[in-house]
Amino acid sequence: MSKNSKLLSGPINLNNPITVQVLGICSALAVTVKLEPAIVMSVSVTAVLALANVIVSLLRNTIPSRIRIIVQLVIVAALVILVDQILKAYLYDVSKQLSVFVGLIITNCIIMGRLEAFALGNKPYASFLDGIGNGAGYAIILIIIAAIRELFGAGTLTFPGIGEVTIIPQAFYDFGYQNNGLVILPPMALIVVGIIIWVQRAKTRELIEEV
Amino acid sequence: MQDLLNLFVRSIFVENMVFAFFLGMCSYLAVSKTVNTAMGLGIAVTFVLVITIPVDWALNEYVLKKGALDWLIGEQAAEIDLSFLSFIMFIAVIASMVQLVEMVVEKFAPALYSQLGIFLPLIAVNCAILGGSLFMQERELASIGEATVYGLGSGIGWLLAIIGIAAIREKIRYSNIPAPLRGLGITFIATGIMAIAFMTFMGIKL
Repeated sequence: MSKNSKLLSGPINLNNPITVQVLGICSALAVTVKLEPAIVMSVSVTAVLALANVIVSLLRNTIPSRIRIIVQLVIVAALVILVDQILKAYLYDVSKQLSVFVGLIITNCIIMGRLEAFALGNKPYASFLDGIGNGAGYAIILIIIAAIRELFGAGTLTFPGIGEVTIIPQAFYDFGYQNNGLVILPPMALIVVGIIIWVQRAKTRELIEEV
Repeated sequence: MQDLLNLFVRSIFVENMVFAFFLGMCSYLAVSKTVNTAMGLGIAVTFVLVITIPVDWALNEYVLKKGALDWLIGEQAAEIDLSFLSFIMFIAVIASMVQLVEMVVEKFAPALYSQLGIFLPLIAVNCAILGGSLFMQERELASIGEATVYGLGSGIGWLLAIIGIAAIREKIRYSNIPAPLRGLGITFIATGIMAIAFMTFMGIKL
């Protein structure tokens, strides 16, 4: 595998930002009650991450290392303001559902983590790929959690552009099936992530932690 | 007074930063291996929240909100809405406040500084801090007193959460957990169960 394609595929499984690097958990859990906000959030984070990576990588030789955190925060905050304004203009409902979590992309640890760990030491194109790869790894976990929570919690899946699609047929409900209200509540998000980590580590043994 | 007390209790238990909104999860997971360090970080977060939320409240009330500038330029300010700048202003306030707090603590309480030392700079990018300010803005808290109480309450809620999980993780080390679940996985599930416990406080009103 070439180096560039490794940058893209690594973060999806072996080096996943959420389940392995433990970055960006805060937003991952809060926006996953429905599928649509989760998808919008993943796209926003990926866009901010890729652009911020490129900008910081271009500036990496000019930023004095003592004030680099503030410079990075300003770059990220400016990009997030752009994303926030675009969402408010074109996807107002979703932007209301995401509420403060769009703003919290600024302090999303994935962004700061990748800027510090990768963009400061690599060329712009590689940083761009790293941003897209990590964004995709984040998106996959978000979409899995959101799909599980919406399917079992409400019996529907909401796609951007299409709207709500009912997955569980009425016949099930007539038969006595009930939506599981607990899945919608915050605690289940944590437990679902715990289970995803369990499944992933059981499949890839080298990720198991020695305690 | 009762309002303030109510807000205080709600922000600790019902709207707990970690369990209801998942804010500050990264440091919550990374720095909760022992109770001592967890305590240090928790106190530092509470400290910074109590300072930054009132400052951001004042900034929002007198500069950023729609029509907020009328103390400065009178009537024609009613149309000026700078709230799109709030992200960048809040994060700048937080970063500089953290720097300031770090210098003050280093000067006046060297013992505390050596304990908090490594955590203080980390706090600037802790989502609980920015999240606190953004929730303050979204809920339109009425006075600087409310903002301070909200900051204190959410800080203490975060402190409780991180001390709880650190204590659980210290004990859990001696249990026989399935290998793939060790470390991160079981911490998530334990947090989920703690969150269910905290949900029993829902609906509390003084």
